[in-house]
Amino acid sequence: MDKKKSLVNLREGECARVTYLISNGAMRRRLQDIGLVEGTLVQCVQKNFSGDPTAYAIRGAIIALRSEDARDVYVS
Amino acid sequence: MGLTAKSTGANILGNHFEVKRTKDNDFIIALGGNPNVGKSTVFNALTGLNQHTGNWPGKTVANAQGTHQYKGDDYILVDLPGTYSLMAHSTEEEIARDFLLFGGGDAVIIVCDATCLERNMNLVLQTTEIHSKVIVCINLMDEAKKKGIEIDFIGLEKQLGVPVIPVSARAGKGLDLLMEKVRGLIKGSITTEPKTVHYFTPLEEAIGFLESVLHTELDIPVNRRWLAIRLLEQESSSSLLSEIHEYLNYNLSKNELIAEAITDAENILEMSGVSIEQFRDEVTAGIIREAEKICKKNIISVYSVLTDRDRKIDRLLTSKITGIPVMLILLCGIFWLTITGSNYPSAIIAKGLFWAQEQLTHFFVWLGTPEWVHGVIVLGIYRVLAWVVSVMLPPMAIFFPLFTLLEDYGYLPRVAFNLDHQFRKCKACGKQALTMCMGFGCNAAGVVGCRIIDSPRERLIAIITNNFVPCNGRFPTLIAIISMFFVGTATGFIDRAISTIVLTGIIVLGVMLTFIISRFLSQTILKGEPSSFTLELPPYRTPQFGKVLVRSLFDRTLFVLGRAVTVAAPAGLIIWVMANVSIGNKSILAHSSGILNPFANLLGLDGVILLAFILGFPANEIVVPIMIMAYMSSGTIVELDSLKELKILLTDNGWTWVTAVSTMLFCLIHWPCSTTCLTIKKETGSQKWTAISIAIPTIIGIIVCFIFTTVVRVFGLV
Repeated sequence: MDKKKSLVNLREGECARVTYLISNGAMRRRLQDIGLVEGTLVQCVQKNFSGDPTAYAIRGAIIALRSEDARDVYVS
Repeated sequence: MGLTAKSTGANILGNHFEVKRTKDNDFIIALGGNPNVGKSTVFNALTGLNQHTGNWPGKTVANAQGTHQYKGDDYILVDLPGTYSLMAHSTEEEIARDFLLFGGGDAVIIVCDATCLERNMNLVLQTTEIHSKVIVCINLMDEAKKKGIEIDFIGLEKQLGVPVIPVSARAGKGLDLLMEKVRGLIKGSITTEPKTVHYFTPLEEAIGFLESVLHTELDIPVNRRWLAIRLLEQESSSSLLSEIHEYLNYNLSKNELIAEAITDAENILEMSGVSIEQFRDEVTAGIIREAEKICKKNIISVYSVLTDRDRKIDRLLTSKITGIPVMLILLCGIFWLTITGSNYPSAIIAKGLFWAQEQLTHFFVWLGTPEWVHGVIVLGIYRVLAWVVSVMLPPMAIFFPLFTLLEDYGYLPRVAFNLDHQFRKCKACGKQALTMCMGFGCNAAGVVGCRIIDSPRERLIAIITNNFVPCNGRFPTLIAIISMFFVGTATGFIDRAISTIVLTGIIVLGVMLTFIISRFLSQTILKGEPSSFTLELPPYRTPQFGKVLVRSLFDRTLFVLGRAVTVAAPAGLIIWVMANVSIGNKSILAHSSGILNPFANLLGLDGVILLAFILGFPANEIVVPIMIMAYMSSGTIVELDSLKELKILLTDNGWTWVTAVSTMLFCLIHWPCSTTCLTIKKETGSQKWTAISIAIPTIIGIIVCFIFTTVVRVFGLV
């Protein structure tokens, strides 16, 4: 399995489960608050015209993340 | 629902925490919830017009409060900022948390979105940890029904241990039952057993140990288990301790037994191999998992956010090819309607008001008052008021509800999504797009709105640049000048189309300046990297057309009239006095505009225009009326009731198209109005940043106007 796959690598329409977060401090907490904890199913919904930010479907909500942050959320 | 008389102006400077019971038996109810769940609709539906402050949909940034009467009791409802969590990672979360802890609320209503319950459950579970009297109000039941979502309310109630009430606030359904439960909860006929989230053993052991010490040691009304978890998390505990000290007058860190217990509890964790970081993760994840479990059990749904019609709309509004063009088309559309729609009422109002002026003049003649009394009251105060109402009011009254409709629909987060790339390049926060949009309504409200930006550096950038989008008070000035100088009187279709494009161009210029200045600030005095942020794209909702129209028209009309009376009337008086009191052989007005003239000329303006902008400091609405007054006091035209005659007045006073463009540029880029300045002072708490916020647009405005005028003059275009 590709262990380094993160949310950024998802193509539009692709799904994955969160394995772990490498971000720290407030951002880690915020990502967890929106439901990105281990085992959460995430789908990449739509990328911005420049490719960043990207909208993801997380626990029934559509939430946009910037690439720098999405990069820190590892998925499988 | 949009700006109201109370949410703009000095009222937004109000304090967060002042909730006053008017009688001893008043009850205080806190109203919390995620952003965009219709919390404000619930608030409005319950309080009606009995509100102390209005709010901006989806983003209540200052605590609004209002009263609701139910079965003979008065309930004071306090609208908390919309938050996803109470972990105090942002100012809003801190305000909400502090109110729940220290605000003295008798009960808490948490409003949830029925179409997205799992996302909302996090806040519900966090709230039941803090407060024992919680009622869960599941709003937007009508939307949920449409999407085929069914909720087992009895099951939900059992699991959460607090009342759960289905509501469709827009239709007013379920609110009575909600209040009945609130009443029952407060009067004690309903008891709650709030759900406690349990964590695995070493965590529970540490929490339980600290909790028991807190039980014996503390005599403050704060949930011990919740406090124990926060103390062990360490993250937000320092701010929490100081708040406890401030509001409850208890210095927790001075208690040695507690300090010891914290260390002991930490040791329990350490011995089981749980780091503080793991503890924090587990505490947050535990609640999320609990929310998932609860929702899985009690929601029957074939609905998926992914197959929703909203995604199709999203593709149109935010995709690679259509995102930006659609945004510009919408902007154009709004301006077109504003320009078209305001033409007729403007003319009618002007006719009416100036007819009334004649009657007033006759009346004063009949009374036989001295000439100066007539001058002060009719030619000074009344006339400037008439101008404000006839020229300024119609575009404002049309633009505002249109803008609010788009906002209610849920479009603004999509704008933020589209523009985020640009803001990131400027090392600013993507939410700045939202505060920028709020600036279209009122810059002061936009500045307050900057609270949604968590990073202090990015918040300052957003505050300083907010003034680059023209507020509702500046639009009419731009529209009037465009109509006069670029398209005749904007009556034909093509004329209006050109007006629209010119106005859109000016707004785009303002947005570009926002980017440029944000970038400049990020590279100079506010150096730093963009911080992280998350942006929710909420479901689209059909706006409440009727309510938006009635309310914003009503509120806006009253607001502008109120401001006109308080600001324009004295300004009219000052102008009249300046024009009619002479020192030497010239009036004070001529002296002052004479002094300003040489400098103003460099910018393509004249002394009167610059003077009008200076006197218009309290409110941008009065700039054009002041100009007209000043010109008329020295000119020959006495009767003015259309833009055509107004144009003659201006060209008689030396206006060319260059003057018009310069005036528009200066209108877009100059110092913020006095209310905005006060708000910036209040929000930044710093004279330095207030001064910078004034200086930057002023200097840029001077530079832009100077360059424009010089280029035009050098190339001999005028």
